[in-house]
Amino acid sequence: MSILEVVSGVLMLAGALFVLTGSVGLLRLPDALTQVHAVGITDTLGVGLIILGLAIRAGPTLLALKLLLILAILVLTTPTTSHAIARAVSRYRSRPWKDGQGRAP
Amino acid sequence: MILGIVAGALLAGMGMALIRALRGPGAFERVLAASSFNIKTLLFITVIGFVAGSPVDYVDISIMYAVISFISMVAVLRCIEHGGFTGDRDKEP
Amino acid sequence: MTDLVLAALFVMMIMTALAAIRLTDLFAVVIMFSIYSLLAASMFVVMDAVDVALTEAAVDAGIATILMLATLVLTDRWERPSARLRMVPLAVVCLTGAVLLYGTLDMPIFGDASSPANTHLATYYLTESPGEVGLPNVVTSVLASYRAYDTLGEVAVIFTAGVGVLALLGAARSGRGGAAPMRDNPVPRVIAKIMIPLIILFALYVQLHGDFGPGGGFQAGVIFAAAIILYAIVFGVDAAAQVIPPAGLKVMMTGGVLLFAGTGFVTMALGGAFLDYDVLVRDPLAGQHLGIVLVELGIGITVAAVVISVFLAFAGRRRAR
Repeated sequence: MSILEVVSGVLMLAGALFVLTGSVGLLRLPDALTQVHAVGITDTLGVGLIILGLAIRAGPTLLALKLLLILAILVLTTPTTSHAIARAVSRYRSRPWKDGQGRAP
Repeated sequence: MILGIVAGALLAGMGMALIRALRGPGAFERVLAASSFNIKTLLFITVIGFVAGSPVDYVDISIMYAVISFISMVAVLRCIEHGGFTGDRDKEP
Repeated sequence: MTDLVLAALFVMMIMTALAAIRLTDLFAVVIMFSIYSLLAASMFVVMDAVDVALTEAAVDAGIATILMLATLVLTDRWERPSARLRMVPLAVVCLTGAVLLYGTLDMPIFGDASSPANTHLATYYLTESPGEVGLPNVVTSVLASYRAYDTLGEVAVIFTAGVGVLALLGAARSGRGGAAPMRDNPVPRVIAKIMIPLIILFALYVQLHGDFGPGGGFQAGVIFAAAIILYAIVFGVDAAAQVIPPAGLKVMMTGGVLLFAGTGFVTMALGGAFLDYDVLVRDPLAGQHLGIVLVELGIGITVAAVVISVFLAFAGRRRAR
């Protein structure tokens, strides 16, 4: 296996690991504000790593350019959505979740 | 083979985000889970395209999913937070 | 392997559908519908139908969600629980579903090469399309050339739907929207300002690239409308109605249908049949290409104008106090 294939494989596996841990966090954390911490960061990073791995695998073609375009769009929009959700929660809910209240059902 | 592992991890992530979307007691948990689900789905489609051997077609769909997911999540948040699109009811719906 | 992925997606679809039935918070139900349609589009992609998946995702996960939200603003957020289980509608639905399932038992297996549709018609399209139409994307050649008359009917249906909505709701009245909604929220405004021109450019790309890859008029029109709807969501319905005035939208709606039908009339005037693109220029393949480009442009313009008009008509309304 060439060095490029190894690099691409490592990137994709790392990205998959991030996505998986972020999803577990999404499932187990109790409140929307805490879940934003888990999902907002790991979705952008993990998805970015997977796309980089795919782009390396695709070689210097138009396909790699389109994949990098997807990466640019996701890097712009995922943090925006997370910010908008966090802002909406902090304004809309009067009583945020506090430690010891028990998890969300 | 690595692509298969990545696809499986993304499918598991989709399932977990879906479970949170079904369970999460408030609307905001569901919106966050739906946004995460959309992103994982569009990446799953791209990886499936690489597995199937012709990724060139599927990448256009992924670009469009990313854009549409962003627009619809912003719209949902606007409606929940402001109670409408016209902006004259900045209170609870 | 494909069956495993399809089974997993299908299980998720069933879970989402059951949740959409059981939930009483209607915002959550709208989100469930959006997830459901995205799963359906994913199943189409796994089954190798990319054009359909593109249209399904754009229309259902994007526009239908936004229109349902605009309707939800006018009613209650929480579903009123129904008192008792209603037996007669349940029996009717179960009977209809059972009859439909019984009807599918007669259909050929998915992807069967010896089914009548695949042996006669699909083989003809796949073998003759490079010679007669010359486009790499056979779906577009079937949609816009072989079955162009059906597509004209579809565009007419979309146009009629737009006219119906405008007749019932009235066009968006400008000047009553109030202040710009997200005035104190700078992050979506900046990102929207960056994204909207790129989305419009992507819509143009999808419109013209439909000959070579997945795309075409329907998808491009919906994506263009989504860009304008994003502008309306972030900057206010009034600002969007100023950018694209409703009178201009009416002209665009009719202009698209006229462009499509007009191409047919021009071919008739040049001596061919209705929508026979061979006679447009001297070379038949170039004529087909020109005809398909014009027709797809007409589709895109009408779809974009109808979707934007419907959204502005819904979103500009207020709840009766």
